[in-house]
Amino acid sequence: MQVSSKLSKRLIFSGSVGFLFLYIPLIILILYSFNDSRINVGWVGFTLKWYKVLFSDKLLIDAAIHSLLIALIASIASVILGTLAGVALHKYKIPFLSSLIMVPLAAPELLVGVSLLLFFLLINFTLGFASIILAHIAFCLSFVAIAVRTRMHGMDDSLIDAARDLGASPAKAFFLILIPVILPGIIAGGLMAFTLSLDDFVITFFTAGVGASTLPLAIYSMLKMGVTPEINAASTVIILITLTLTVTASKLSPQLFK
Amino acid sequence: MPILEIQNVSKQFADHLIVNNVSLSIEKGEFFTLLGPSGCGKTTLLRMIAGLNIPDSGKIILEGQDITTMPPEDRPLHTIFQSYALFPHMTVFENVAFPLKMANWDKAKIHLQVEELLEDVQLTKFAKRYPHELSGGQRQRVAIARSLVDRPKLLLLDEPLSALDASLREHMHIELVKLQEETGITFVYVTHDQHEAMALSSRIAVMNFGEIEQLDLPQAVYTRPKTYFVADFLGKCNLLPAEILAKNDNNTLRLRVANYLEFDTSQDNADEFNVGQKGHFAIRPEKINANRQNQYDNLFSHSAKVKGYYYYGESTLYEFLINDEIKIQAMLSNSKNQTIKFFDEGDDVVISFDPHAGDFLAE
Repeated sequence: MQVSSKLSKRLIFSGSVGFLFLYIPLIILILYSFNDSRINVGWVGFTLKWYKVLFSDKLLIDAAIHSLLIALIASIASVILGTLAGVALHKYKIPFLSSLIMVPLAAPELLVGVSLLLFFLLINFTLGFASIILAHIAFCLSFVAIAVRTRMHGMDDSLIDAARDLGASPAKAFFLILIPVILPGIIAGGLMAFTLSLDDFVITFFTAGVGASTLPLAIYSMLKMGVTPEINAASTVIILITLTLTVTASKLSPQLFK
Repeated sequence: MPILEIQNVSKQFADHLIVNNVSLSIEKGEFFTLLGPSGCGKTTLLRMIAGLNIPDSGKIILEGQDITTMPPEDRPLHTIFQSYALFPHMTVFENVAFPLKMANWDKAKIHLQVEELLEDVQLTKFAKRYPHELSGGQRQRVAIARSLVDRPKLLLLDEPLSALDASLREHMHIELVKLQEETGITFVYVTHDQHEAMALSSRIAVMNFGEIEQLDLPQAVYTRPKTYFVADFLGKCNLLPAEILAKNDNNTLRLRVANYLEFDTSQDNADEFNVGQKGHFAIRPEKINANRQNQYDNLFSHSAKVKGYYYYGESTLYEFLINDEIKIQAMLSNSKNQTIKFFDEGDDVVISFDPHAGDFLAE
């Protein structure tokens, strides 16, 4: 008893240190977004004015709307394609393809970005929103496929047999049984795809071209004039969105986050 | 006309021949069982009847109609799966209503029919529950209600009791037989459990390596096994090497068993064998008596030594050695015995049996 409680105390301590290490920079950034000072040195007083500045900055708001739109389209497209890929991966169990689906997630983003840029130039595809969306679908799809496959591992395969046996056509078995059963996996994958797309900088940077801008790109260009409290506020908003989506996704598909 | 005919059906997966040229026919209203060890092809055969696998060759005929390649959703039969395969996102009511919905029944009719079925399996109170809120036995009753709701011509059951604990399983044996008699629906039942097969079935097909070894009434399969595998797989059996010394009149074979013992055994199929043919003499342990002195003049008797015993409660299984070499088992009933055991290890006894109670099985 004694030993285990000592052990668990140590575990809690080291766990807390780890989490603090991860979150202290974010917490400082969030705190400074409420700091009544132009420069990020020392606490002066509480204010919401940076959020007012943020929400009246047309450039940033436009970029945010673009980002949300790109994330929405990319995640919907990757949900459809990724679900089909995940179902196929589970059904046919080809080991080579199962590892291949991981590569876009594991490969260095810089490489993926450069290769996409080269690809678009090669096929004479005009860089802009379309290219950003296509690039985002490419890496979001893997995430959805993996989430769906994970969900299907926990599913009783005889459910589909039973549906057919009880009178459902293949299409009805797919939409009435398979999709509802793996829906938590699909939604979790979709939410993660949305977050990844919303937060992505490197791949977007390479595939954006001149005209298009997303929130991360806009923030990056603002950084050239130093880290302003307005950036802190924008970052806080992004962190909040990401946190909400990730927590929701982990609630829906706990296995995916284990 | 049989309700279901299987004609020369074979199925191969990769390089494995899972079902090898199987033919059988099932009569209307039968409780027919496919019995065999795992991997014997019984589940694959069932899945081909359901349409979930398509045979490589052969035909499956339901009430005169060739259904070999008909999609599963069009077949007037249902399967109860080992896992029950209840749809987890649907309530009990919605699960049972599923086949009717697929058949485009109108809502009011669906409601009446589902209510009736739920009443039959005593699940009316649970209509709004989800499968994960039910016990194993309740889930099974939902699966039964769901597959009977549109009155199929055939019900296929794939080891439906294997997930239940022993006492519930025995209770379900009675329920299943009752259900089959009440509905009159033909059951095709798959199991690896010989006791279950014998207790439930009107006929049993014993399968091994994709082939039917014997197809007969439960009593016949048990008391008159036709092959070594059937004798060995169903219950306990003494299987002693044997050779035919002579063929006598009235279907009697003169056997030399385990090099020492010689006796006559009657055999319905004596014609099929030749003098000098080798095989096994099969006799069930409960057909063998053991006493301290020889008590039976009309039985074959031989002295033996007690090697060991296993106490089963209602009976005790004794192992004897004849001439320190031939092992023979006897199941002795404890019905009248007041003492704890008959013999001790090393005791000298006389074992005796009626040779006609055993069978010669070809190699």
